[in-house]
Amino acid sequence: MTIELVARLAQANILAHGDHARDVTCGYACDLLSWVMARGQKGMAWVTVQTHLNVIAVASLHEMACVLLPDGLEMEGAVLEKAREEGIAVLSSPLSAYRLCGLLYQNGLHDLPG
Amino acid sequence: MPHDVYLVDQGDYANAGSVSAHIKKRLLALGIDKALVRRVAIASFEAEMNLVIHSFGGKMELDVTDAAITLEAYDKGPGISNVELAKMEGFSTADEEVRSRGFGAGMGLPNIARVSDHFVLASRPGVGTLMVITFTLHPEHKEENKA
Repeated sequence: MTIELVARLAQANILAHGDHARDVTCGYACDLLSWVMARGQKGMAWVTVQTHLNVIAVASLHEMACVLLPDGLEMEGAVLEKAREEGIAVLSSPLSAYRLCGLLYQNGLHDLPG
Repeated sequence: MPHDVYLVDQGDYANAGSVSAHIKKRLLALGIDKALVRRVAIASFEAEMNLVIHSFGGKMELDVTDAAITLEAYDKGPGISNVELAKMEGFSTADEEVRSRGFGAGMGLPNIARVSDHFVLASRPGVGTLMVITFTLHPEHKEENKA
């Protein structure tokens, strides 16, 4: 799935354009960084309410495709700048995390790659 | 063989993760298998965050030989009074602010133990903490040896 399709399904604004070649292969939702660090995968779309710089570090170490912020959350400019540098897309959706996961799952984005 | 030393400052959230990113790039450049690099990156990130969150500042060292990848993290204190308790999943001394950032869930040390082949943690209150995290290198961990 492309990042653009994720954005369309999520009715999201793209706050940072990531690496467009990066396919979105799986999804995950969690706000505990160590939890995500233990389970992150390449190409993951990560739904979280955390918006600080360390989110990008975790996403980058796992070569995730995008960070998806629910409930219309925004990210500071410096964090978005870092995301662009690391090739991580950041999307902001007006929908809840619960709704986002449901929509993405329903459209074929599952919790494990493949 | 590579031997890198990195400084990690207390409370430096802005740069937290950069040492781990560097270590990951270094190992990939050495042709180490991606799945193993992922495990090292997880351990490295947890060790780095521990230095940022809990220590007065410290260092991390990466050593790569034909037999193993070794990650050392050591700091200038404050030390851990009960190491066994600290290693238990869910135990954390992190404050509310750290927790609100999604850290301090008491998962860092268990994560390191889970992804590594050997993990030693020694600490003395008032002195500091030392972690030695080892990953055994088998020939198949080198991309060049893959079929």
